[in-house]
Amino acid sequence: MTSRILLPIVAMLALLASAIGMGASAAPTDEAFAKLASDQFAQIEQGIVELSAIGTPEAATVLEALSETKLFYAPDKSLVIKKSESQLVSPSGMVLSAAPAGLKQVRINNRVRRALESALGSLTLISPDPAKRKAAAEAVFKARDPLALPLITQALSRESDAGVKEAMVRARAAIVLASSDAADLERINAIDVLAEKGDQDVLALFSTVKTTAPASVKQAIDTAINTIERRLALLSSVQNALYGLSLGSVLLLAAIGLAITFGVMGIINMAHGEMVMIGAYTTFMVQEVVRARYPALFDWSLLIALPLAFLTAGAVGLVLERSIIRFLYGRPLETLLATWGVSLMLQQAVRSIFGPTNREVGAPAFMSGSVDLFGLTITSGRLWIIVFSLVVFVVLSLVLRATSFGLKMRAVTQNRRMAASMGIRTPWIDSLTFALGSGIAGIAGVALSQIDNVSPNLGQGYIIDSFMVVVFGGVGNLWGTLVAALTLGVANKFLEPLAGAVLGKIVVLVFIILFIQKRPRGLFALKGRAVEA
Amino acid sequence: MKPMKTLFAAALAGGLALSSFAAQAQNTIKVGVLHSLSGTMAISETTLKDVMLMLIEEQNKKGGILGKKLEAVVVDPASNWPLFAEKARELLTKDKVAATFGCWTSVSRKSVLPVFEELNGVLFYPVQYEGEESSKNIFYTGAAPNQQAIPAVDYLMENEKVQRWVLAGTDYVYPRTTNKILEAYLKAKGVKSEDIMINYTPFGHSDWQTIVSDVKKFGSTGKKTAVVSTINGDANVPFYKELGNQGIKATDIPVVAFSVGEEELAGIDTKPLVGHLAAWNYFQSVENADNKAFIEKWKAYTKNPKRVTNDPMEAHVIGFNMWVKAVEKAGTTDPSAVIDALVGVSVPNLTGGYSTMMPNHHITKPVLIGEIKADGQFSIVSQTAGLVVGDEWSDFLEGSKDLISDWRAPMSCGNFNVKTGKCGGAGK
Repeated sequence: MTSRILLPIVAMLALLASAIGMGASAAPTDEAFAKLASDQFAQIEQGIVELSAIGTPEAATVLEALSETKLFYAPDKSLVIKKSESQLVSPSGMVLSAAPAGLKQVRINNRVRRALESALGSLTLISPDPAKRKAAAEAVFKARDPLALPLITQALSRESDAGVKEAMVRARAAIVLASSDAADLERINAIDVLAEKGDQDVLALFSTVKTTAPASVKQAIDTAINTIERRLALLSSVQNALYGLSLGSVLLLAAIGLAITFGVMGIINMAHGEMVMIGAYTTFMVQEVVRARYPALFDWSLLIALPLAFLTAGAVGLVLERSIIRFLYGRPLETLLATWGVSLMLQQAVRSIFGPTNREVGAPAFMSGSVDLFGLTITSGRLWIIVFSLVVFVVLSLVLRATSFGLKMRAVTQNRRMAASMGIRTPWIDSLTFALGSGIAGIAGVALSQIDNVSPNLGQGYIIDSFMVVVFGGVGNLWGTLVAALTLGVANKFLEPLAGAVLGKIVVLVFIILFIQKRPRGLFALKGRAVEA
Repeated sequence: MKPMKTLFAAALAGGLALSSFAAQAQNTIKVGVLHSLSGTMAISETTLKDVMLMLIEEQNKKGGILGKKLEAVVVDPASNWPLFAEKARELLTKDKVAATFGCWTSVSRKSVLPVFEELNGVLFYPVQYEGEESSKNIFYTGAAPNQQAIPAVDYLMENEKVQRWVLAGTDYVYPRTTNKILEAYLKAKGVKSEDIMINYTPFGHSDWQTIVSDVKKFGSTGKKTAVVSTINGDANVPFYKELGNQGIKATDIPVVAFSVGEEELAGIDTKPLVGHLAAWNYFQSVENADNKAFIEKWKAYTKNPKRVTNDPMEAHVIGFNMWVKAVEKAGTTDPSAVIDALVGVSVPNLTGGYSTMMPNHHITKPVLIGEIKADGQFSIVSQTAGLVVGDEWSDFLEGSKDLISDWRAPMSCGNFNVKTGKCGGAGK
């Protein structure tokens, strides 16, 4: 392990020494260490800058420990690295038997963190780990320290990974562009390199450099900025559409269970949001158990939670239907009030059991971070939710179309008496349908736990939107729900940049009210005798 | 036989407790606790109810006040603003409480204000708010904008050299007023209009993709950019998640928040948020003996070693201690006497200093800036040298900059206009 770290560092040391023309000696290292042992941020920052110039293995170890908040200092200003609770070592690697009294952590703030990032950036450019090298190149890009130029040129020449290479080329170009010593032609070349994949970071760099650049460079920058801005403007509508799709998929997930209970059965279920919440809390419970007992399975925790959330929410739905709703069929107003009461009870029950504060539901590795699509950032969690909601939609459609339960369900909703006389036990079909709708809401809760608070109020935020989607899409039609959810999502996201989030929502609401005036049965009206009855 | 016996003993003990309770009831001082225990605000307010119960229990162990025990009267206004007024009236007329500790949102405070003024009650309000108010019957132990928002902006200007500002908030009175004050303040400091972006979102907003990407765009002009967030409550978690996921790090665009404390961070993975800031008058990580003792007491009281403490909790501690001191000074719990006695009362706060109740019914506090750490706590990176006096009428708003408030005897006015020399110049 040590040799793996040491080797590149020694190589780098040689590089640095030749680059700066300065040999590393012990005295400046000690001086810099003493600067770190301070509670003054400015001094710590100074120490970091000095250490990065010194670049000895010792310096690199200390900087890395600092970035992992493992660096401490004793009252006599000697540094201590806390590798773990019990293992303490000095910067030179000597193991300390006992912790010195009065050990204090070296504190960092954003300024220190920035200095640290750029220092580590130039120190880890030749790390064996490609991810680290890429991060280092990005740090160099941001810092644009002219001293790092020989380092990055050297690192570039031996880089084999295409992705890392690209990041390094950009970082090198950024340094060249930013340094006023470089020849104009060289700087213009750098502009071309950077403009090729111009994103917002590049724009920021261009506008900073522009203010001090000579006329010819300035002109090249202006052209490049224009090109990038035109492309970004074009991308922004694609981005809006993507964000809209993502919002739409969340709406779809929240509403699709309601499309069954309200849409197909005609029950105004105000406790629908609470089924979503129950699903989210089930996810939380599953993660608690997985964290405590089987930490290796954490990435699968959501998958484990899916069937459990379906069953839990479905069971609650079943109990709700059997104990309350079945006595209120045909009396929508009473159903509304009763289910609203149930929703308050469920919320308060969860609040009493789990407490009023938010619960933390972690994201598995594949769902955190973001994906870069042609310069657009979309978060992976949301991308997965789009996929997931479509899967749920397809599976649910299949259940309704291709299974005997689905057939019975449709028969009961279309003509209850006829279905009953064909031998279908209609009360049981009602219960199971309601349980299915609730169970789907529970599944939605698993997905929503990734993007929203897991709190007793989770459901409330979705109930209005869900009804809006179902009513807009047309009661009793899954396709209507799909189209309505996506339309509302996209419309919302195109309106948001123009009108702001608050006004955007109002405009959408007004549009739906007007639309319902024109077409009271929504986008896709169900035709049949049940509707007239 | 044995169960019989225990049952008997229990009944006896119960009877004794009841009778002693009945005897006590006439001889106690009632303290109202007006915090939502259900509904959207329960997430923040339940904790404050628990703090009050703990403080009252502790005071009773010390022997109560004026030889009488304290008795908490807890009501649940259920995050419903008109219900706040109803419950306040109930506390003052039916329970006849000597003082009330309560409210979180400004709208709930505005809803109870006329009730407290009409019935001459005493209310301690523990949350940071937008200012522009001063009532004879309300004592504001949370921060006014000059005790939180303005020092935070100053910090970012000086230490991070921020030149471009995003003022993002939830769409209601506190963020709107605070942002108005901040906008005026920034412009007074020479920031141009095109360098300020103001954005409002509805309560509970959960889809932050567009806004976060707008912030990213706004921050890419090469000038250092920061976000000043007055986003409230539940909307914060998805906002921070989106920031983390879109890779906006605190070293690029720092976010300083006025409504995010230890309690709010308890529900999220804070690793991607390390370095983002919050401005408060208290952090759990403040190191001193008083705070340490308080944290330990709180953990023992809630029987949960993971419970955190936060700024509004400290405000209640200060408010309660001030009230106790004022009652002892006045020798009575009569509201008029206590209101007069409260001005000038000074008690230790948990950050190692003393907070004093000023004539404008606001208190003096230190202002602390903290950066979020990976464990959900804050590392304090800056602290004002002295205490800051709460300024109820902002100096940066037209119409309020000429107003002052002084509830001491000859003036006794919450909105005295120094230009016209008249009381009641609400300045509109």
